[in-house]
Amino acid sequence: MLKLRSISKTFNPGTVNANLALDRLSLELAEGDFVTVIGGNGAGKSTMLNAIAGTFMVDSGSILLDGKDITRLPEYKRAEHLGRVFQDPMMGTAPTMQIDENLALAARRGQHRGLKWGISKAEREEYHKLLKDLGLGLEDRMSAKVGLLSGGQRQALTLLMATLKKPKLLLLDEHTAALDPKTAAKVLEISQKVVEKNGLTTMMITHNMRDAIAFGNRLIMMDEGHIVLDISGEEKKNLTVADLLARFSKASGREETDDKLLLS
Amino acid sequence: MFFTSLLNALPGAIAQGAIWGIMAIGVYLTFRVLNVSDLTVDGSLATGGAVCVMLIRGGLSPWLALLCAFIAGMVAGLVTGLLHTRCGIPAILSGILTQLALYSVNLRIMQSKANQALSVDRYPLLISMRYVRSAENNPFPLIIIFVLVIIGLLYWFFGTELGCSMRATGTNQNMARAQGINTNRNIVFGLMLANGLVALSGALLSQFQGSADVNMGRGAIVIGLAAVIIGEVLFEKVFVNFALKMLAVIIGAILYYIVLQIVLQLGLNTNDLKLMTALIVAVFLAIPYWKSKVMARRTGKEAEQDA
Ligand SMILES: Nc1ncnc2c1ncn2[C@@H]1O[C@H](COP(=O)(O)OP(=O)(O)OP(=O)(O)O)[C@@H](O)[C@H]1O
Ligand SMILES: [Mg+2]
Repeated sequence: MLKLRSISKTFNPGTVNANLALDRLSLELAEGDFVTVIGGNGAGKSTMLNAIAGTFMVDSGSILLDGKDITRLPEYKRAEHLGRVFQDPMMGTAPTMQIDENLALAARRGQHRGLKWGISKAEREEYHKLLKDLGLGLEDRMSAKVGLLSGGQRQALTLLMATLKKPKLLLLDEHTAALDPKTAAKVLEISQKVVEKNGLTTMMITHNMRDAIAFGNRLIMMDEGHIVLDISGEEKKNLTVADLLARFSKASGREETDDKLLLS
Repeated sequence: MFFTSLLNALPGAIAQGAIWGIMAIGVYLTFRVLNVSDLTVDGSLATGGAVCVMLIRGGLSPWLALLCAFIAGMVAGLVTGLLHTRCGIPAILSGILTQLALYSVNLRIMQSKANQALSVDRYPLLISMRYVRSAENNPFPLIIIFVLVIIGLLYWFFGTELGCSMRATGTNQNMARAQGINTNRNIVFGLMLANGLVALSGALLSQFQGSADVNMGRGAIVIGLAAVIIGEVLFEKVFVNFALKMLAVIIGAILYYIVLQIVLQLGLNTNDLKLMTALIVAVFLAIPYWKSKVMARRTGKEAEQDA
């Protein structure tokens, strides 16, 4: 359903800071795949997700979503098919707007926005129910400004917004990295639930190897802008952290396994 | 003596403040709602005045002249918006470029004269300074209606789907794009709307004072900011609703003109007015920054003590 065909991206080309962040990367996802993505800092994980989302245009290669070439489509148009949660809890919501207004914005993703009222009463009731399901008590604060919420509450809300209108593909970029362990676990649990309930095709970047193994049906590891490992099915189920480290050092061709780099 | 002359001058100051307040709402939309620093304003205010005066002199009805001024302001905003979003020029610079260009355009509109008069004796003007203290033809009812209708329309608009998407664009462009909002289009549209209002304010002003001047908008942006800031400082806690926030801007503009009047009556040199305005606005813009620095220092010290 998603096809990345040999995409490349160089940041600051032609300068001393030129940086090949994606190097002829190819990847194909099947409908319903839940892929966890790991790799060291600067491996190109976020860049890959941003390339799919259209935050920037890739230098070469093509991106197909459900058979449609979206390589040149601007970010806001691709958004129709994508749900996104970012590492930075500030990034996914409009802080000066109310919780229900944020949800109403998300509910209209991919739709024409005209002069109809921005939020209806029926919608509010629906949001109340959905927020209640989150179990964070947000349903009683629907008219509070999102800027007042904690990081974890915001990430949970962003997750809800990303999936309110069912996306073809859900992109999670270390969306629990900025949260304390307990909140992170809670948000991960919510993510898992939402993905399962809607059967969403998902890509989740994480720095936690255990999570990468525990979640999803497929795991890919990146290094220097390529995919160096791609494990799925039974093989993934039986994976251990030690296996993963060993296979990484082999795949990346490095003598020494730089566990710190991987686990940081 | 001081008070009677002040009292006499007060209605004029209030009316002027309310008209400038419409301009200040335009500034509020760009600076606060869209989060874009738009300096087109100084030019588009004069454009509104110039278009209005020349059209009325040419025999058009004052109402239609206002409409045309509004449209002319929107075109000015469109130019700034396209320079910013299509040419990648920073918003501030885009506004300055348009503003500069408008100076020439405005002179062309005014047939190369820096000032064009519009006598209330010869044309059926909607509002005039001359009647500000008389019962007949008093400009206040119409000015109040304009202010209220504009606030009402904007309040409605920013509650619609499109309006909400513009607010989201102003507060977090990343989020807006991730939710499928065309942020560039929204910024252009917001600049058009804001400059339309600014030009409308210029048009009303030209009728009110019976002339248009190519320099009438000089420093308008600072006056607009002053109004926004005065409104926020005084009413931040009480006016939380969006419509009331816009009303606070109008009140801010009126207070600005009342203070101006008082200062004038006290015998201050009018040439120093802009200096004073700039100082006041600079101080108010700096206050939040200073506050945060003091806070940071304090928490830093506490941390040191704890350690
Ligand atoms: N906008 C940008 N401009 C310039 N360089 C960039 C930009 N974004 C990423 N890079 C560079 O591209 C490379 C890949 O970065 P990317 O953010 O994709 O890494 P990552 O795998 O997500 O790492 P992390 O785990 O630290 O988030 C890095 O060297 C980074 O410095
Ligand atoms: Mg990253």
